[in-house]
Amino acid sequence: MAHNQNLRRLKDRSAGHVMGGLTWVAATLVIAIGLALLARAQPLLDLQPLGSLLTSSEWSPLRGQFGFFPFIVGTLAVTLLAMFLAVPPCLLTAIYLAEYAPARLRQSVKPAIDVLAGIPSVVYGVWGTLTVVPVIRDYVTPWVSRTLGFIPLFRADNPTGYGVLAGGVVLAVMVFPIIISVTEEVIRAVPFGMREAALALGATRWQMIKTVVLRRARPGVIAAVVLGFSRAFGETMAVMMVTGNVAQIPRSIFDPAYTLPALIANNYGEMMSIPLYDAALLAAALVLLIVVLIFTIIARIVLAQAIKSAA
Amino acid sequence: MDSAINDPLIQIQGLNVAYGSQLAIRDVSVDIPAQQITAIIGPSGCGKTTLLRSISRLTELVDGVRVWGKILFDGQDVYAPDVDVTEVRKRIGLLAQRPFPLPMSIYDNVAYGPRLYGVRQREALNAIVEKELRAAGLWDEVKDRLHAPATALSIGQQQRLCLARGLAVEPDVLLCDEVTSALDPISAQRIEGRLVELKTNYTIILVTHVLRQARRLADYVIFMYLGELIEHGPAEQIFQHPQHPKTRAYLAGELY
Repeated sequence: MAHNQNLRRLKDRSAGHVMGGLTWVAATLVIAIGLALLARAQPLLDLQPLGSLLTSSEWSPLRGQFGFFPFIVGTLAVTLLAMFLAVPPCLLTAIYLAEYAPARLRQSVKPAIDVLAGIPSVVYGVWGTLTVVPVIRDYVTPWVSRTLGFIPLFRADNPTGYGVLAGGVVLAVMVFPIIISVTEEVIRAVPFGMREAALALGATRWQMIKTVVLRRARPGVIAAVVLGFSRAFGETMAVMMVTGNVAQIPRSIFDPAYTLPALIANNYGEMMSIPLYDAALLAAALVLLIVVLIFTIIARIVLAQAIKSAA
Repeated sequence: MDSAINDPLIQIQGLNVAYGSQLAIRDVSVDIPAQQITAIIGPSGCGKTTLLRSISRLTELVDGVRVWGKILFDGQDVYAPDVDVTEVRKRIGLLAQRPFPLPMSIYDNVAYGPRLYGVRQREALNAIVEKELRAAGLWDEVKDRLHAPATALSIGQQQRLCLARGLAVEPDVLLCDEVTSALDPISAQRIEGRLVELKTNYTIILVTHVLRQARRLADYVIFMYLGELIEHGPAEQIFQHPQHPKTRAYLAGELY
């Protein structure tokens, strides 16, 4: 009897310790990964400070030149274009779902949108390669270069279809679910009494949404966009498959681009005999990790406060 | 029981309201006198708030609500298909149970309604804001911080701000839904005082579960029970000589 008691207590205590330990492992993993990346990138950082790595444009590993600037610009170009394409339709969809759609429609559409988030990114990459790239190559590039080609941003020096635009389109679709569902949530968190107050004064539904709901939900909407941004910024596979991956600064939306995640994924494990190559790739990974982490943390904080103050 | 009112402003005729399959208002017909305070009383869940909100078509904001019957306002059925609901709500204002200041400054809250209807000039807006804040008894407390966020005010002040905001669109009717229940006694007293002053210019319909408040304020009383209209009439008649046994039981505190 006493033995049994002790065993029970031992099991109870060890279960608690095991679970607590695992939780700590998960929580400290980010820090551990960051430190490991830093340690491995150190040899390169000793030779060239991070600032000059980030701003140098020359990428010639054989000559020991590791400038990340083209990759940073490539990543930003694809991500910003994706946000430019995704944010307006996402906001309108979220407003529709939260404010106009009858409950039954909302309940069936929301899961369908959330399913988009569960599609493996390589599937988006295949879709991009088979559909988006050919459409851009055969229709968009010729038409845009004929009509808007005089604007440098729309010059079509690259007729392949693989480039910033293809990456932006694929990424835009990939961030739809996160932006729509977070925005819908913060809009619905605006209290009913506040909407009713505006409507009771004779506001139309659209006036009420514009002047009350969107104003109140604004911090949360911004957080939703930032979350989408950090999701897009770190996306690897789908982007790698459609952007052409040329280490140069893109000048037009049709130019190929090479993103930081694609650079790492494409090259890590290959050509590792080149000195400092692996330190350079891990430095790139570190930059990526820090940027995504900062954006995600900011978005989460803003979001938590927005939902708290709205409720 | 049928005491005819001279010149009723609102005539409710055969009104039913259903939430899904649940009937919340059952065949209610009653006239509401102009420029008086009408109190709708009854135990919780009797449909008094639903009846109140149906008058400016606010019940229909809830999913799955059906309303049938007529509510004539100034002779015009507010539920007629060609009626502009924003026009109805402009003329029939609402003061809710809890104050919901809009997410903007004190000034912009009061100016919100007038701006919806196209008032743009600074001086005109300034005049409206001052006039209505005075009418709501809030001007002296906020005149030096009109551009502070409305949420910085106390709950009692917020409720008076909501009153000023409602008055600024110049409605004919004010629907008041248990407007003092979230307030401290002094704030509640202030709001009550305002309502008594306002009835010279406005028709006020007040939902309350506080019988003493109804006795203090009401000129006319409607008693509801389980979604049905039980009895209505001038206040002294209902309070002194209730006809229906349920009214008597409720006034005696025996019906919840």
